[in-house]
Parts: sequence; structure tokens; C-alpha cells
Amino acid sequence: MEKLRHISGSIVGLPVNDIDTDQIIPARFLKVTDKAGLGKAAFCDWRYLEDGETPNPDFILNQPDYAGASVLVAGNNFGCGSSREHAPWALLGAGFKAVISTDFADIFRNNALKNGLLPIVVDRDTQQQLFSLAEEAPGTEVSVDVEAQALTLPDGRRVNFPLDGFSKYCLLHGVDQLGYLLALDGDVRAFEASNPQRVKTTV
Amino acid sequence: MTENGRPRTLFEKVWHAHTVREQSDDTPAVLYIDLHLVHEVTSPQAFSMLRERGLAVRRPDQTIGTMDHSTPTTPRNDLGVIPIADAMAALQLDTFSRNCRDFGIPMYALGDEHQGIVHVIGPEKGLTQPGMTIVCGDSHTSTHGAFGALAFGIGTSEVGHVLATQTLLQNKPRTMAINVDGRLGDGVTAKDIILAIIARIGIGGGTGKVFEYRGEAIRSLSMEGRMTVCNMSIEGGARAGMVAPDDTTFEYMRGRRHAPSGAEWDAALAHWRSLPSDPGATFDQEITLRADELIPMITYGTNPGMGMPIDGAVPAPADEPDVNKKIALDKALDYMDLSPGQQLLGKAIDVVFIGSCTNSRITDLRQAARFMDGRKVADSVRMMVVPGSQQVKMQAESEGLHEIFRAAGAEWREAGCSMCIAMNGDQLRPGQYAVSTSNRNFEGRQGKGGRTFLASPLTAAASAVAGAVADPRVMLAN
Ligand code: SF4
Repeated sequence: MEKLRHISGSIVGLPVNDIDTDQIIPARFLKVTDKAGLGKAAFCDWRYLEDGETPNPDFILNQPDYAGASVLVAGNNFGCGSSREHAPWALLGAGFKAVISTDFADIFRNNALKNGLLPIVVDRDTQQQLFSLAEEAPGTEVSVDVEAQALTLPDGRRVNFPLDGFSKYCLLHGVDQLGYLLALDGDVRAFEASNPQRVKTTV
Repeated sequence: MTENGRPRTLFEKVWHAHTVREQSDDTPAVLYIDLHLVHEVTSPQAFSMLRERGLAVRRPDQTIGTMDHSTPTTPRNDLGVIPIADAMAALQLDTFSRNCRDFGIPMYALGDEHQGIVHVIGPEKGLTQPGMTIVCGDSHTSTHGAFGALAFGIGTSEVGHVLATQTLLQNKPRTMAINVDGRLGDGVTAKDIILAIIARIGIGGGTGKVFEYRGEAIRSLSMEGRMTVCNMSIEGGARAGMVAPDDTTFEYMRGRRHAPSGAEWDAALAHWRSLPSDPGATFDQEITLRADELIPMITYGTNPGMGMPIDGAVPAPADEPDVNKKIALDKALDYMDLSPGQQLLGKAIDVVFIGSCTNSRITDLRQAARFMDGRKVADSVRMMVVPGSQQVKMQAESEGLHEIFRAAGAEWREAGCSMCIAMNGDQLRPGQYAVSTSNRNFEGRQGKGGRTFLASPLTAAASAVAGAVADPRVMLAN
């Protein structure tokens, strides 16, 4: 994973609550065996017309004003539904580096952090302010300092957001969490030696 | 059973017993995983990662695979083979076979007599046991909590972590007790309990929490009913839901293929009996519902929290004070093509789907079949019955249930996820309405443009007969 210290980019708003992973990437795109090329499937059923190819001109991500937006501002409870990691893969593939919402579904947040897509939790007022800015002034940029856990709005206001220490360390240093677990092999062996195996699948 | 005299919940006991490393300010807890279930859709990138890094699967003997999500459920051909028409699905299934073979993981392939939906086969084989930690790259892993296991869905990176280390990094969730007191009336089922819970707490109500379902109504449910309830914990935002193991659990377990036997059974039983929450154990939050006040439930919107009693009316966005919720409701009613104040009873439907890891077990099929016996599916309706596993299918056939469904005019299919996720060609056409026993009514979930009403198998069967959304209690009374 690449190091993630700063993000700056323009925002686009999707003021819809409870955007589920089936909207982020519909299940028919899950028949892949790698992670590449999922960006074009992001929000597919909202983004394209009936034929699945012609961009829907009404959908915000298709509007030229928002081309190149890399920070998505979304309604409450973003990423609910399935455990598909294809959701952050698709968002990253579509050029997003961070998603801002008032809260995230647990599995989505975990998956996002493991891929360097930053879930930023803000209060309701900040969320609403960002929605308005995105709508009224397309191209509005925000910046994010991961180390300081701070989001800076165009008016200079800084909003702090929560980020657990471990995920932060991994983002800042570009390390993935598996390395940490692999290094605990001794502890795992000790655990296995003192606890019975509960079930054996190979019999 | 208390530690230092402090009463503990079922969740705390299981969590504590699996902690390899305690949570600290800098790091999440490291949890040991007893059982890892894998399937074709969320595993390929994890196996690729293992290959890239030259890693082995640490405990193939605690890992099991099955094919379910993208498998066809169409009938076998003359050679007894279920043909796969979709080239991408075929490649994914093939990749999965190769991965399981290369890494030494036992796997039930399409057509195998033990193949089925991952959350149906775990319990059915006795792999799912009380007090275990169970994970799978699938959010409905919460199903296994019905046995008093701590079971939750993980992403593909985490699938890789568990394959390589048999452990997982986790921040300790909070607990929420959901008491369901009293007894269910006729025609009201486990599905109605969980739909009522989600309608009450909302789809984000359980975020960061583990549910423990308690109370007389839960104790009276069969294991299948408890699985239906725990299955949809994730629709309430909780990653896991648990039910304390009891004699119903132990009866279900006894004699299953991977369940302990002989002296091991006795030892296991003693352990299992120590698991239920201690008297006086406290939860971070607690809510109570009365089962005797419940009637069959149905969803009207595009998330599982948009549910109501079947005789209710669709709510009006204008009455919603919260602006974000108002937008969401507006959007949902637009997608569903429903109007505020409209009753769903009598609303014409096109498809009925009985299946999915929520409601495809033998008791679900028995309930639906008993209802369909002597009745006919309305001409305007396509009804599909998709058993959750090959074992469920065989059991149902030995009881003649397939004959009842066929005689009524329903399709009887091979086992798999099918129209729950619509990856395998079983799907709604744009604009169609379905009454479905699955767990998600998101836009396009059952096929692009398709519209889903979630309900119990009984409500689904009654609606198939009526050709419209129907209350099963009315027909049961006649
Ligand atoms: S039946 Fe549906 S919800 Fe269950 S595992 Fe399959 S796709 Fe997921």
C-alpha cells in the first residue's frame, strides 16, 4: 500500500442516506478474480442509462463540473450492506481518495482503510456545509492532513475526525496490517497450544 | 462463570476466550478464528495475495470452501451436471477450485451433494458450534451466531489475513440486548421478528455493536428460526448477532457430521453450557419488543429498515422531519413506484422468491409447502423455490415438498444464492415487483430495476397464490 499523508482535491456531493454497497458496485461486477478495472462499475446503475453504457447526464458524477473530484461527500451511514471489498476498489478506481459522511458501516470502513481510501467522519453541520459548497461552487477543494486527523475547508476551518491509531500508522507508513499479524506467529502458536481445536474441516 | 466476580455476557465470554492479544491504545485486539468459511466471490484476490507473498494457508483444517454466489440453479443436464452458461462465473468458479486445491482447503463444488449457501452448510454439517469464532467474506456470517458463536463478515483483505495467520485485528464492539418477550401468533415467524426489529432501530442502529437476542420468543424458535433472526443482524447495522445456546441448540448439533461425539461431546456440552450470559450481566444498550403484538411484516422501500406491518400504509415523505431521511424516502418511493399512504396488501406482484441464507432451510420450505399444498400459484406470478443446500434439497425431496411446489406451479431449483443477489442469471426484469424471502431490498439487488418486498416464506407463499401482496393469516384462517 502507498503512504497516505495528505489529500487535497475537489469535492462532489451525493446527499443520499444509506448508500449501500450494491449501489457502489452492483453484484454483477463481482465475478472478477482481480481488483483492476472496477472504477467504471462504481455507482454503475446511477451513472449509466438503461443500456448500461450511455452516461446518465443527470447523475452528478457525470457532470463536467465535477470531473476529477477525488473527495466524495455522502449521506449518513455510507457503505451499508455487503462485505464486498470491491466497493472501496471501485471508488479508488473511480479516482476517489476519501469519503466524507456522518458515519460509515463497519465493514466498509475496515475495507476502505485497508486500501488507503480514507473514511472521514464529520458532524451533521459540516456535512451539510460541504453539500452546499459542492452544489453551489463546483470545484471546491478541501485538504486532509492524515497525521493531524484534520480536514480543512475552503474557509480555513479545520475539522478533526476520528481515526484509530493503528489504521493511522498503517496509512502514514504505507504498511499493510498483515505484516503485523505475521509477526505475532509466536503468540498464535502459544494460543493454539493452550486451547483445543474446536473443529476440523478436513475429516 | 464470572471472572473476578463480574457477570459477563455471552459475547464477552467468547471474545475473551479468543483474544491472542488484548486491545491497546495503539493496536486493535488480535482474535483467534476457529472456523473460516470461503466462497468464490470474495476470495480470489486474497489467494492471489498469498501467492504474491509466498504464504501458505496456516490452518486449512479450520477452513472450508463452498460454491454458492455465482452458481447457476438451473436443473442438471442428462449427464447429471449443472451447466454454467456465464463465462466469467465459470472462470471464477474454476479459479476457486484451483485455489482450494493448491492450498489444501476442503471444498464443496457445484454439483457436490454437500454444496450450498455457505451459511446453510456450516450449521448443517455441524461445523458451526457454540462458543466459536467464525468468519467469512460475507456479511451474513452473522447467521452462525444463532448457535452462540461470535460470527461476522469480513472483507477480502481480512480473508487474506485469516488464511495466512488464522487471526484477525478487531476493535471490541459494544453490546446490545434485544429482548423479544411473549409468544408469536399464528402466521407470524422469525422473519417477522427481525424485520420488526430493523424497522424499529433502523439500518444503522447496530453499527459498532453485537446483538444478543433474548427472551421467550427467541427461546421458542427452532434453530432455523434463530438463524433467520441472526442472519439479518447486519441489516440492522450489527456485524454479529448471538443467541445463547440451549437444549434446542444441542439437539440440533447432535450427530451432525463435524459435531463432537462420545467423550468429546460431553466435554463440549459442558463448555457450551457455560456460555450463556451470566445473570446480572449488563449490555451497553437494551431494547424490548413484544412478540404477541407482532403481525407479518413487509418492506416497502429500498433498504431493510423501510418495513411495516403488512396491513400498514406506505409512509409519506412530507411527514418526515429529518431532511436526509425525507430525501431517502422520496427516492425509495420513486424507485418502487409507490405513493405515500398506499396500502401494499393487494398490490399486484410478478415474482415470488423463496430462498437465500435467510429463509431456505428445511423448516422454511416445509412452512411454505404446507401453505401451497392444494393451492395454485396465480397465473401472473413466477414463483421460484431455491433450497439453501443440496442437503436441504434432498431432504425436501424425500418429504415430497418439491412435488407440492411443482403441482402448485412453482419452479424447484438447484441450491445456491440465486435471486438473492442475482449474479447467476436468476433475476428480476426492470420494473417487476417481487415478494422475496431474502434479506436485501436495495435498488437493483435482485436485478437491475427490480423492486423487492422482503417478507417471510409464509407471506411469500400467500402472495404467490393471491398474485398480490397478501396476509398469510387470512388464508390460514380459511
Ligand atoms: S443467499 Fe444472498 S445474502 Fe446469503 S450469502 Fe448468498 S448472496 Fe449473500
